[in-house]
Amino acid sequence: MRRVYLDNNATTPVLPEVLEAMRPYFAEQFGNASSIHHHGQETRAAVERARESLAALIGCRASEIVFTSGGTEGDNLAISGVTRAGDHVITSTIEHHAVLNSCKHLEAMGCEVTYVPVDGRGLVDPDDVRRALRPNTKLITIMMANNETGVLQTVEEIGKIAAEADVYFHTDAVQAAGKTPIEVKRIGCDLLSISGHKLHAPQGVGALYVGKGTILQPMFYGGSHERSRRAGTENVPGIIGLGKAAEIAREALDRGGLERMSAMRDRIEQTILSQVEATGVNGEGAPRVPNTTNIHFDYIEGEALVIALDLKGLAVSTGAACSSGAIEPSHVLTAMGLPPEIARASLRFSLGKQNTPEDVQFALDLVPRTVARLRELSPVYNRTAVSN
Amino acid sequence: MLTTKCQMLPPKTIAVAMSGGVDSSTVAAMLRAEGHDVVGLTMQLWNQRRLAGHEGMPEAVQGRCCSLDDVYDARRVAETLGIPYYVVNHEDRFERDVVRPFVEEYLSGRTPIPCSLCNNHLKFDQLLIVAQQIGADALATGHYARVEFDERRGRWLLKRPADSSKDQTYFLFGLTQDQLSRTLFPLGDMTKPQVRDLARHHGLALAAKPDSQEICFVPGGDYKKFLDAYLAEQGEALPDTAGELVTTSGEVIGEHNGIHNFTVGQRKGLGVATGSPLYVIQIKGDRHQVVVGNQEDLYSRTLRARRVNLVAVDDLREPMRVRVKIRHRHEGAPALLEKSGNNEVLVTFDEPQRAITPGQAAVFYDGDVVVGGGWIV
Repeated sequence: MRRVYLDNNATTPVLPEVLEAMRPYFAEQFGNASSIHHHGQETRAAVERARESLAALIGCRASEIVFTSGGTEGDNLAISGVTRAGDHVITSTIEHHAVLNSCKHLEAMGCEVTYVPVDGRGLVDPDDVRRALRPNTKLITIMMANNETGVLQTVEEIGKIAAEADVYFHTDAVQAAGKTPIEVKRIGCDLLSISGHKLHAPQGVGALYVGKGTILQPMFYGGSHERSRRAGTENVPGIIGLGKAAEIAREALDRGGLERMSAMRDRIEQTILSQVEATGVNGEGAPRVPNTTNIHFDYIEGEALVIALDLKGLAVSTGAACSSGAIEPSHVLTAMGLPPEIARASLRFSLGKQNTPEDVQFALDLVPRTVARLRELSPVYNRTAVSN
Repeated sequence: MLTTKCQMLPPKTIAVAMSGGVDSSTVAAMLRAEGHDVVGLTMQLWNQRRLAGHEGMPEAVQGRCCSLDDVYDARRVAETLGIPYYVVNHEDRFERDVVRPFVEEYLSGRTPIPCSLCNNHLKFDQLLIVAQQIGADALATGHYARVEFDERRGRWLLKRPADSSKDQTYFLFGLTQDQLSRTLFPLGDMTKPQVRDLARHHGLALAAKPDSQEICFVPGGDYKKFLDAYLAEQGEALPDTAGELVTTSGEVIGEHNGIHNFTVGQRKGLGVATGSPLYVIQIKGDRHQVVVGNQEDLYSRTLRARRVNLVAVDDLREPMRVRVKIRHRHEGAPALLEKSGNNEVLVTFDEPQRAITPGQAAVFYDGDVVVGGGWIV
């Protein structure tokens, strides 16, 4: 069976060049980057080149990059690293669970957290952030691009608010890196998290930008790795992969290589909206990353649609998987004011560098007729159709 | 080698409702071995962590329903068999159509059966719809029952299984003709030991896994603690239904602390000392009264059932001789079944029956065939 993968916001395949770059660092150049001998020096140099590559992607100094195990660790380290009991934190209702549950933990540890809402397009109003400021506000953490809708927040305005108030600003850029230019100085953030596997590096590696002067309490204690901000022997192959992926992402951004992706995304949206009735784009009207679209197919269960499509070879997603693998209604779409039945009827298509126009055509051949069959069997759709 | 009804069918796409137990896992293995395209589905119905830490609930609730361990087991079976497997979330529907009614029934002085509600509203409704939507021709489950089409009557019949000790037809009386036509019970002709052998034969690691018995979402089977914890979680007060203990002749002989603590036939925990043993005869929900009496008072010859679903016949035009089961472990007793209203029946037993309990189901049998069933009023 032909299989097409349009779920790149969940994870992306490692690019062949990335895998090639990583390959020597398993068995040949295996040294511990902390060792003083030849083997160690070899590895150290490679890790530092990767750090420079990451720094170049987001416009910071290499010394401001801390390698982590991924986006979740970066978010946790940033949030717990600058707060202590009694502090106030501002975040939004549409953050990834890595941020939301870190904030919930802070609340349990004696911090106060304000969750600012979003509008129908999924955008935070910077004025809401400003109004939420308190004398004891220590941190603002608002994501750059949302994983479910791809909506880009006005992080630069939020960065200005944070600077004026002299509070730390962290942004979860896991879904933005490689999909939109990132300049940490322009954003005005002190902390920014990146995940490797969302930009064609392997799973299990990430990076946290920690701006100079940011005082960060580590989560792991041990050796003096990563300038004592993250103890533990480096995931060298992963870091090398992330460095290569960052290099490729930066070249693509410089070349305007994302236009091809946004053209494919737009084609998915336009075709589905014109061919399938009672559909719409969640987050329409807001600036979005070029690879993501989130479409609601009214009167169906997104969960059943995802399964039906998977059985025909198309991988897309809906909501967020809980521990059993079942789908929970999306907190993001619900926070945007979508009724629960529309939130459950929503599907996310997310493209990666490996996707081709043929992949898109495969999806566009499959989705309209699968939706039609689901609606045929939907008690709600038939009731509505009869009453119309 | 055992034969099943499915072996006669041409290869089809069949969804299997997988619980992570031996029965449904074996069903998946059997259908796969017969050459069908099998898709495993598990329903996520209840979050065990929800009530953890509430008073009377363990810190880490280890109930049976939808536990991660069961999903893990089901997923492993699917991997072993090489079939696609998905978990579908029906927590909202389960709470609305099973848990809420379960709570309301107890608070009204009745004794509910959540398994039947789950079959009617979740397994053979929501899950069957999902199965059809994803392209499956039928839904198979690990229930011990048989379904077959009767040409003469032009109806799908629900019948008792070969292994009468595992008979689950009592919980399945609510299935409609449409639901039965799309349902397969591949274990209907097998005994439990045969199923375990077959599970071993197919290399399923869980062949020896113990059967589940208790109500899946009530940890340890203590429904009173569950009611307390659930209502506390919902921010609702347990309604005060304390009232009088009265005799069958209306004499007040004591007080009780709430009707939900009682079930018809109960002997212990009445809090009154008399010469002869006392039993709960009736719960008058509207008056918060618990009627008590002696052993003989528990027996009754008639019952009324409502929300009746007829399976083997399309209507009860005239009274019919049947055997009626009034609880899962009841053997069934000969009775006359007659229509007494819209979706309501009157059952008159040949011999008085002990502890006919409102909230339980009355299921009517003609030999092995389920005629239908309803909820005891």
